[in-house]
Amino acid sequence: MTSVVTLTDVARVHGEGEAAVHALRGISLDVQAGELVAVMGPSGSGKSTLLNLAGGLDRPTSGEVTVEGVPLSTVKDLAALRRRSIGYVFQDLNLIPSLTGAENVMLPRELDGVRTREARAEALAVLEEMGLAAVADRFPDELSGGQRQRVAIARSLVGERRLILADEPTGALDTPTGDEILELLRSRCEAGAAVLLVTHESRYAGWADRVVFLRDGQIVDSTAPVVSAR
Amino acid sequence: MSIRQSLLTLLSKGTRYGYQLRAEFESSTGATWPLNIGQVYTTLSRMERDGLVSSGEQDEQGRVGYTITEAGRAEVERWFSTPVAQSDRPRDELVIKLAMAVAAKDVDVGAVIQRQRTATMRALQELTRAKRTGTDGAAQRLVLDSMIFQAEAEQRWLDHCEAVLKEAGE
Repeated sequence: MTSVVTLTDVARVHGEGEAAVHALRGISLDVQAGELVAVMGPSGSGKSTLLNLAGGLDRPTSGEVTVEGVPLSTVKDLAALRRRSIGYVFQDLNLIPSLTGAENVMLPRELDGVRTREARAEALAVLEEMGLAAVADRFPDELSGGQRQRVAIARSLVGERRLILADEPTGALDTPTGDEILELLRSRCEAGAAVLLVTHESRYAGWADRVVFLRDGQIVDSTAPVVSAR
Repeated sequence: MSIRQSLLTLLSKGTRYGYQLRAEFESSTGATWPLNIGQVYTTLSRMERDGLVSSGEQDEQGRVGYTITEAGRAEVERWFSTPVAQSDRPRDELVIKLAMAVAAKDVDVGAVIQRQRTATMRALQELTRAKRTGTDGAAQRLVLDSMIFQAEAEQRWLDHCEAVLKEAGE
């Protein structure tokens, strides 16, 4: 097993002195290739901060975050690393309305300098994998909520991204559609990705190999890893 | 049902007569589970036989006070520190346990909640895995779904308990 993301004694403090807010304290967490780890906690417990730190969207006040063996404190261009290695799935889909599903998925690859023809082939492959081949050329407003979320996930997965960070990815979707999203994330794990999922819904955390409970910026407990049937 | 442990929990606050225990049990659990006095005395005499409580002398009104023993305290401790197993739970034991934990005042209710949350989450992971790895037809799947929803509801309730108690404590 190889670690895809490791947080070592990470703390994040906003502000200074008396007004300092300790968003996270003493967080150590490791997510391996093929593993789905869920982080649960009430709002304000530091879930999203944890995800932002894991993905290099924010830097820790102390401690270290390592993604695929690279300590993020040594990385100058985090944006490039994020585009190459990390896929984000958020509740807000933010598909670009004037682009088709396939074009939305192609976009991050084209930004990375991949040629259009190749980007399109990659996009269609990942859309096919998600059962979206038939709607690849539709615009976002011609898709259902579940389809839009799956296109957004396809966009976050295209390319060789081994770390998937998902922040409440099921949003307001109904439970069968939400289950489909988790099914997708799960299948990316089976394909070797590491998934870190933030959710306040236990039914979705139930898909994880390990569930970590966050309270007031600290990990208070976690379930033992479920022995894999793989 | 966990009458035994509930009575022991009440006795851990001090010596009580049988009728007092019944009244306290019913007021702590919101009278959701009426307890007949015969049940209380049967349980007390069995617990005395098992060395969990000891009885005092009969007073002039014919009442006997019961006192918890060290073994009884150990049993209360064991009860609160062991999560209720998802598989063989008598209905609502968790609710009684939490009501008792709150009533006892010296039990770390937050720790009871957290242990249960972790255990229930673990059960939820197993159920989800069972569902993913394939079920034999829709009926089986829906049965699993029902258990998933129950576990989910329990998690939500535990979160709610935690939030309410936190607010009450502040």
